[in-house]
Amino acid sequence: MAISTNDGVKVWQRRDRNGQLKLWAMWLVGTAVFMWSWQQISSVTTWAFFWDAPRIAADIGGRAVPPRWSYMDQLWEPLWDTLNIATLGTVMALMMAVPVAFLAARNTTPSAMFIRPIALLIIVSSRSINSLIWALLLVKIIGPGIFAGLIAIAIRSIGFCAKLLYEAIEEIDEAQVEAITATGASRWQVMAYGIVPQVLPAFAGISVFRWDINLRESTVLGLVGAGGIGLQLQGSLNTLAWPQVSLILIIILLAVIVSEWVSAKVRGAII
Amino acid sequence: MLRLEKLTKVYKTGDKALSDVNLEVPKGQVLALIGPSGAGKSTMIRCINRLVEPTSGTVTLDGVEISKLGAGGLRRERRRMGMIFQEYALVERLSVMENVLSGRLGYVGFWRSFLRKFPQSDVDEAFRLLDRVGLVEMADKRADELSGGQRQRVGICRALIQDPSVLLVDEPTASLDPKTSRQIMRLIVELCEERDLAAIVNIHDVALAQMFVSRVVGLEKGTVVFDGAPEELTEDVLTRIYGQEDWSETIQKVEDDDEEDAAK
Repeated sequence: MAISTNDGVKVWQRRDRNGQLKLWAMWLVGTAVFMWSWQQISSVTTWAFFWDAPRIAADIGGRAVPPRWSYMDQLWEPLWDTLNIATLGTVMALMMAVPVAFLAARNTTPSAMFIRPIALLIIVSSRSINSLIWALLLVKIIGPGIFAGLIAIAIRSIGFCAKLLYEAIEEIDEAQVEAITATGASRWQVMAYGIVPQVLPAFAGISVFRWDINLRESTVLGLVGAGGIGLQLQGSLNTLAWPQVSLILIIILLAVIVSEWVSAKVRGAII
Repeated sequence: MLRLEKLTKVYKTGDKALSDVNLEVPKGQVLALIGPSGAGKSTMIRCINRLVEPTSGTVTLDGVEISKLGAGGLRRERRRMGMIFQEYALVERLSVMENVLSGRLGYVGFWRSFLRKFPQSDVDEAFRLLDRVGLVEMADKRADELSGGQRQRVGICRALIQDPSVLLVDEPTASLDPKTSRQIMRLIVELCEERDLAAIVNIHDVALAQMFVSRVVGLEKGTVVFDGAPEELTEDVLTRIYGQEDWSETIQKVEDDDEEDAAK
């Protein structure tokens, strides 16, 4: 905001001269960086493959239809596994995320100096590693299978759930907590009456949201050997069985649509 | 008998909210605490039940020195001090009944309260109180479905079910319309009479205070600058508490209102 006086008239402009110049300079630098990056990528791209791409895609697409519907017989079980990985993983994550969230929230932590940083560290370290990488590690540690996938999903979800939950805890109305405290209630009673009712809708929303995400993530965990439908996907890809691949992709799409619908219903019911 | 002696509160920021406040509230007396915003009214009330820790000085309730108690003792004594709040401070997502029963938390163990298994005598008392304030058919409603006046009535029930010997009332009418304000003030004063309760009522509305209480204390910058009967609140006194302003209207209005009320 710039206000200047010109011949005794007060002039208002959105930016003054300096601000305007800075803005132009920033756009110039930004454009230059973009052009340079573009050129770098272009020089290492094998353009022959690129121009070929539509034809290859059409070829694969052609081979993928019609999907091999009879393959469905072998998909029910991995699909059930996938659903279990997502659901149990979310439940396990929530059991650990709730205490971590209460320890991390500024208004409920027993010690802002010592315990809160530890809780935040748990949250950050769980969030910083993708569940696919957790799965890769865990397959090496506890062997391939559903259990590795379950743990990978759970570990990745702790941070996500705890972060959103502790933010919800920090946003509660302190007056209600004060009122319950004033009745002579104990620390745990204040928690149960003053805090929990206020964060319950957030908790439900977060749980369903994360379950929804986990269902999608658990479909790819099989790629690294951690069980579920991803295992079939990998097998089909490796053997170039395109009709099977297309069927699996359709199934995943349907599963995600169903989970989307379920979570919307649950959220609507609670809030 | 509630006694404050040399009660002082200095916040971490260095603001002196209360300095050397001495006050005695005998059993059954309803006292209005008036003063400009930031005079320390809320701080004073919260220093009594130690929602705010006083810096120095003592608070004594019926011979027990509250300011010296440990965590367990403080919780036991808080049961004897009912508190009523400006924005009602009900737990919005719990039912009216749960909100009223939460006044018994200090008497009931964690699991019983967690499972909502309150003793029948508490439930009976809750129904009696809700009936007294005219909300008995609302018992199963969620608190956020109620109107402002109804919520404040639930707040009053929550405070009274504690079976307190003193009520700490923080701006009970600040979020209510004029008519509901009077009804709520009247209800508080009546209930105090019925139960022989002492009460400290923080209030902005001088006229409303004059209408209902027998004693007015004026607080300014953390010190008591007036302590007397409501009739003694002259223009000079109001100027001393709130600063220079034309007060004739305020006092005049009280008389008008009283006549109106009497005419009804």
